[in-house]
Amino acid sequence: MKYVLLIHQGTTPTPATPEEWAKLSPEEQQQVYADYQAINQTPGVTPGTGLQLPETATTVRVQDGRTLTTDGPFAETKEALGGWLVYDAEDLDAAIELASRIPAARMGGAVEIRPVAEW
Amino acid sequence: MTQVETVYRDHWGRVVATLIGLLGDFDLAEEAAQEAFALAAERWPRDGAPSHPAAWLIATGRNRAIDRIRRDRTYQSKLQLLEPYAPVEDDMDETTFPDERLELLFTCCHPALSLDAQVALTLRTLGGLTTEQIARAFLVPEPTMAQRLVRAKHKIAAAGIPFRVPPPHLLPDRLSAVLATIYLIFNQGYTSGGVLADEAIRLGTALTVLMPDEPEPFGLLSLMLLQDARRDARLRDGQLVLLADQDRSLWDAGRIAAGTGALGRARAMHGRGPYVLQAEIAALHAEPERDWTRIAALYAELATLTGSPVVELNRAVAVAEAEGADAGLRIVDGLDLDGYRYLHTTRAELLRRLGRTAEARDAYLRALPLISDPPERRFVEERLAALGA
Repeated sequence: MKYVLLIHQGTTPTPATPEEWAKLSPEEQQQVYADYQAINQTPGVTPGTGLQLPETATTVRVQDGRTLTTDGPFAETKEALGGWLVYDAEDLDAAIELASRIPAARMGGAVEIRPVAEW
Repeated sequence: MTQVETVYRDHWGRVVATLIGLLGDFDLAEEAAQEAFALAAERWPRDGAPSHPAAWLIATGRNRAIDRIRRDRTYQSKLQLLEPYAPVEDDMDETTFPDERLELLFTCCHPALSLDAQVALTLRTLGGLTTEQIARAFLVPEPTMAQRLVRAKHKIAAAGIPFRVPPPHLLPDRLSAVLATIYLIFNQGYTSGGVLADEAIRLGTALTVLMPDEPEPFGLLSLMLLQDARRDARLRDGQLVLLADQDRSLWDAGRIAAGTGALGRARAMHGRGPYVLQAEIAALHAEPERDWTRIAALYAELATLTGSPVVELNRAVAVAEAEGADAGLRIVDGLDLDGYRYLHTTRAELLRRLGRTAEARDAYLRALPLISDPPERRFVEERLAALGA
């Protein structure tokens, strides 16, 4: 089965938040990079792209033919999407296992697993 | 119970589990099982039951499902799955088909399903309770329960929740989820009386048969049997009766013997998990003279294991009996359990024993708004009245 893993950073320190990121020891920072690298090299994983901070998001709606543009993400900032990847896995247990190795899951964020719709 | 009802009780879970394993589809399997049981209800009273009822029901259900699949072209791809199982009906017995109840139980209790859904699905697919029975036991409207079951089954299929016993590295966590679901069913049945408690004990028994080398299922089964043995003594004229005041002749000796036996199996495997410890405590409570020092020590071990303040509260009660009310009260006053009714009723009782009547009354008054069960409310109101208003 194919799953998309949606990575929500929450309060996770990332290089995009330099002040918070600097509070991590060099070893902890290295570990985060190493973990993401290991995940991207896991067989079945198609790496997605990291996203810039939710503050840079623009949300678009169309009402009565008019395009409405607003500043900020669709979800609450702290719940906004931070990145994603695609995982072709045996079953949900395998996807849960991969999700639990994503640093954001243990550092203040969460990972949402969504099965891909097959049409 | 008629013969067919007994067969239904005994075989439904097994038949559905095996059909799900064969067909890979919950709804198709349930419908096929229903047709097989309906056919049995029609034929067996007339022609006599087959020598291997479960195998007959599975084979019949499978054949019904194949018919259905043939009629419905969208299921065409599943046909090949069925080919390897084409036994000659004559030498067919229960071992012709794999017993997949354990796979089904782990699927129903998968943590990706909500606890409500786990409970409902377990009762429906393994227990064979109707949607209406489950709805009534959990005090929700039947359409709500039906919706819950549909959603759960859809999620299993759509999200790829596996139909299998988890691999060893996942087993401890996942087994504790299964045990928790069964115990939740039991507790719902214990307060509402009857069918759910029996069903939980049936599920617990099946789990010990399916996992004979794991101590915790035996611990859970023992705990449920020992508690259930006191079911009839727990209420008198709608009033709650404390363990110490219960009429022991109302205790079910058969249940106690079975519970003690299951505990013996867990001990033989050196089980020391949370359910085994709770069963040890329940067994000590069933003794004519209660050994409060040992009960307190078991609660201490359980508290270390679980980190639960509720367990600490129970330890406080045992310590109060073993060493005196003030020793118990010291533990109670260190607990952060303000919203928990038993914290206040326990404090009240210990304060009463120490002669601190006004404080005891305050504690009972704090408990009252937290209690919804009518017999429990009456119990507290009576205690309040006894303290003088």
